[in-house]
Amino acid sequence: MSENAAFMETPMQRERAVTVFEKSEPGRRAGRLPAAGVPEPPLEELIPAKLLRSEPPRLPEISEPEIVRHYNRLSRRNFDLDTGFYPLGSCTMKHNPRLNERVAALPGHARLHPAQDPRRAQGALELMWLLQESLAEICGLPHVSLQPSAGSHGELAGLLLTRAFHADRGEQRSRVIIPDTAHGTNPASVTMAGYEVVKVETNERGGVEMDDLRAKVSEDVACLMLTNPNTLGLFDENIAEIASLIHESGGTLYYDGANLNAVMGHSRPGDMGFDIVHLNLHKSFSQPHGGGGPGAGPIAVSERIEPFLPRPQVVRREGGNGAGPHYDLDHERPKSIGRVRGFQGNFGVFVRSYAYILSLGSDGLAEAAETAVLNASYLRARLAGGRAGRYLPAAFERPSMHEFVLSGAPMKRELGVKTLDLAKRLLDFGFHPPTVYFPLLVDEALMVEPTETETKETLDAFADAVDEILAEAERDPGIAREAPYSTPVRRLDEAKAMRRPILRQPLG
Amino acid sequence: MLAAIGVDSVADLFAQIPEPLRLGRPLDLPEGLSEAEVYERLAGLAARNADAESEVCFVGAGMYDHYVPAIVDAITQRSEFLTPYTPYQPEISQGGLQAMFEFQTAMSELTGLPVSNAGLYEGPSSLASAGYLAIGATGRRRFVVSRAVHPHSRETLATYAGGYDAEVLEVGLDGGLTDAAALAEAVDEQTAAVFLQSPNFLGAVEDVEELGAAAKEAGALLVVAVDPMTLGVLKPPGECGADIALGEGQPLGNRLDFGGPSVGFFCASEEHLRRMPGRIAGETVDVDGRRGFVLALQTREQHIRREKATHNICTAQALNALAAMVHLAWLGREGFRELGELLVRRTAYARERLAAVEGVEPLHEAPVAREFAVRLGAPVGRVLDRCAERGIAAGYPLAREYPEFEDGLLVAITERRTKEQIDALADALGAAIRDLSGEKAGVA
Repeated sequence: MSENAAFMETPMQRERAVTVFEKSEPGRRAGRLPAAGVPEPPLEELIPAKLLRSEPPRLPEISEPEIVRHYNRLSRRNFDLDTGFYPLGSCTMKHNPRLNERVAALPGHARLHPAQDPRRAQGALELMWLLQESLAEICGLPHVSLQPSAGSHGELAGLLLTRAFHADRGEQRSRVIIPDTAHGTNPASVTMAGYEVVKVETNERGGVEMDDLRAKVSEDVACLMLTNPNTLGLFDENIAEIASLIHESGGTLYYDGANLNAVMGHSRPGDMGFDIVHLNLHKSFSQPHGGGGPGAGPIAVSERIEPFLPRPQVVRREGGNGAGPHYDLDHERPKSIGRVRGFQGNFGVFVRSYAYILSLGSDGLAEAAETAVLNASYLRARLAGGRAGRYLPAAFERPSMHEFVLSGAPMKRELGVKTLDLAKRLLDFGFHPPTVYFPLLVDEALMVEPTETETKETLDAFADAVDEILAEAERDPGIAREAPYSTPVRRLDEAKAMRRPILRQPLG
Repeated sequence: MLAAIGVDSVADLFAQIPEPLRLGRPLDLPEGLSEAEVYERLAGLAARNADAESEVCFVGAGMYDHYVPAIVDAITQRSEFLTPYTPYQPEISQGGLQAMFEFQTAMSELTGLPVSNAGLYEGPSSLASAGYLAIGATGRRRFVVSRAVHPHSRETLATYAGGYDAEVLEVGLDGGLTDAAALAEAVDEQTAAVFLQSPNFLGAVEDVEELGAAAKEAGALLVVAVDPMTLGVLKPPGECGADIALGEGQPLGNRLDFGGPSVGFFCASEEHLRRMPGRIAGETVDVDGRRGFVLALQTREQHIRREKATHNICTAQALNALAAMVHLAWLGREGFRELGELLVRRTAYARERLAAVEGVEPLHEAPVAREFAVRLGAPVGRVLDRCAERGIAAGYPLAREYPEFEDGLLVAITERRTKEQIDALADALGAAIRDLSGEKAGVA
């Protein structure tokens, strides 16, 4: 580090990263265990010595106050949604109500064993059934499985459903069509499901290029995967025609629900002609993102796909002789693709998202989508009215919905400042940057999704910050190129982490 | 705001949705509720569940009622850990990235394998992901799986294999353990991977080293599912020849939550690093030379590599991995070993205590660590109901997944299950079996 850089260090930068393992001192400890209370023979009398470990694993030896301090320090080296604006496109970083944490932590939910007899877990199964019903109504499709653990997991399940559907009709199809704007998980899921990816181009209005699609649809196409509105934040106006093209050729239509926040309560994938939909409960339905999970990726499907849903499936059975309904897990599903994970899914996530749906209700969900689209449209207009209009124009002229994509190509050309530089400089202004370099077809892409839970004041402040950074770059582009300056660490050498990976703390 | 956008109404913003595709009515869901009403509604549902706070839980089968220390909640509920997204901007995500790096270090140390990822969704799907890795690594398409591997893992593997088109061969049991001769017989030069679990689903500690020899010889990968809570005392899979060790991370700092969210861990030998699924944090330096952490080896991942990615996973379980790490730090080196010993000794006591009950027999005699299987001399479902009346969830019935053990019950022990509770379980089982056999005799 130069002398100057050392002089300018912030307190947090001075606090060098030390892992919990490096804080270990022999003999220290935090937790105390109960006494055995039973006979304590040597372990070798209970388990053959050759199956036993010779030395305990070198876990940290550290006191509780030091653990708390360590992780509190680490937490301060994170930026989070509760602290500031997080317009990360495609991720729907909306506020996470604390009520949802409270109800998820109730012992009746948090300490319920997943193998509890369904007769003694009626509340949990009813909650899952109610959530299934709510999601079915929101999607406009009759059946839901809550099992998949994330969007990508829902995609894989959906593609396996497609495979099972075709196999059941005695057909073998080998290709899945996806637009070049698709999330990376789509093509990765296609490969894992044993299909070949066929890419379809994007037209000048940001939708699927219909001629290209017509050329690629065939009886070998199992499925078309689409996000609508797509990752450009644009609703594909040709969706009805796309759906009939695919259905006529015998394929299924898959909806990536990552962008459902734009249309909840206004338009439903089932009504658009989709057969299979995955939802990201951690996006549209407010499960906190946890620094990269947990989430959940339920799938909603049409009648013709239903027989293949993963098992077990939560069902409601009507009681006889005046008894009320009861809920059960149906394991007897002969055409099911089988399980995609253990037990019933990420129930803790279901509790939070069901609490969210109850809180907003039918009126609130529709209003959330309206405000999400309003906020995004406003922010886009605000940016266009400033320097961003010149340096960061919209990738597509037509109005966008809950998110929009700008291209930093003019900024790079005229100022020598890349989208990455702008993103890093935004960190110094206290904002999480938008998604960068995605979708891939937009040069120097910047993808902005403000969500409905932000105020006009926050949107204005963000637009002002972008404008200020561009003004600063007009004077001295070097400032953005070397940003950030104020973060706990500055730009990191990612190439080094690639060449010679250090993936764990060496232990003495 | 509308004026700035240049439209007259919010409805105009939805004009790009073609008219026939607009819903045109409110969703058929109730109107929104106040916070207090939502709380009451959900508390009412929660009250209709018999949870491990209201009854004594001997149910395991992959998820266990361990005590989660208070600091786990305090730390994981901090906004700074709870509410960020995946650390795509490392300069403002050092806390989360370092926590991943620490988790990787801990899991690597527990399993005895050099490389760990930052976590996958949960246990069974992690095992299925190992299958996908094995196909890529060997170019072969056949799996050999012990029947003693968790039924959910076997079923998930079969589901995934339906996609990437692999064949799954199952190897049977012998005395509660994987049938070694049958395993050796099943493995050949077409085998991509051999899947074992230890302790296995019936609680028995397998001799992984001995069983795995057949895999080694055939050039197949040896994949071992482990219960992390036993690794303070049991030989780590890395020392038994495992190429991949993985499992359900719930016992580490994660609550039961009726099955999730938890975290799956996934460790491997060095040669499989570039085929690993999931996020991996790596250490590096910033422009001024400060130590820092980034997402490493992202070129494996879907957002870069798309259809050529090693896996499709994106959102995983970072918060749950943090919970696991905090719990491990709280236990510490000594505490973790002590906990393992405590589990082994209480389990031995419970097994012996139950076996002394009239109508209860061990299902197998193999060594066990924290769970064991018994056979009951009365219908298992009815015995479980009787025990539930006494406030005891007596265990996991084996009949659905192991029809050959229709009378089988799997009993799990944690540090929460005291000697007194074990004695109460023995009494409850004894009384239930006595009553039910009496009934049967009476009918006859």
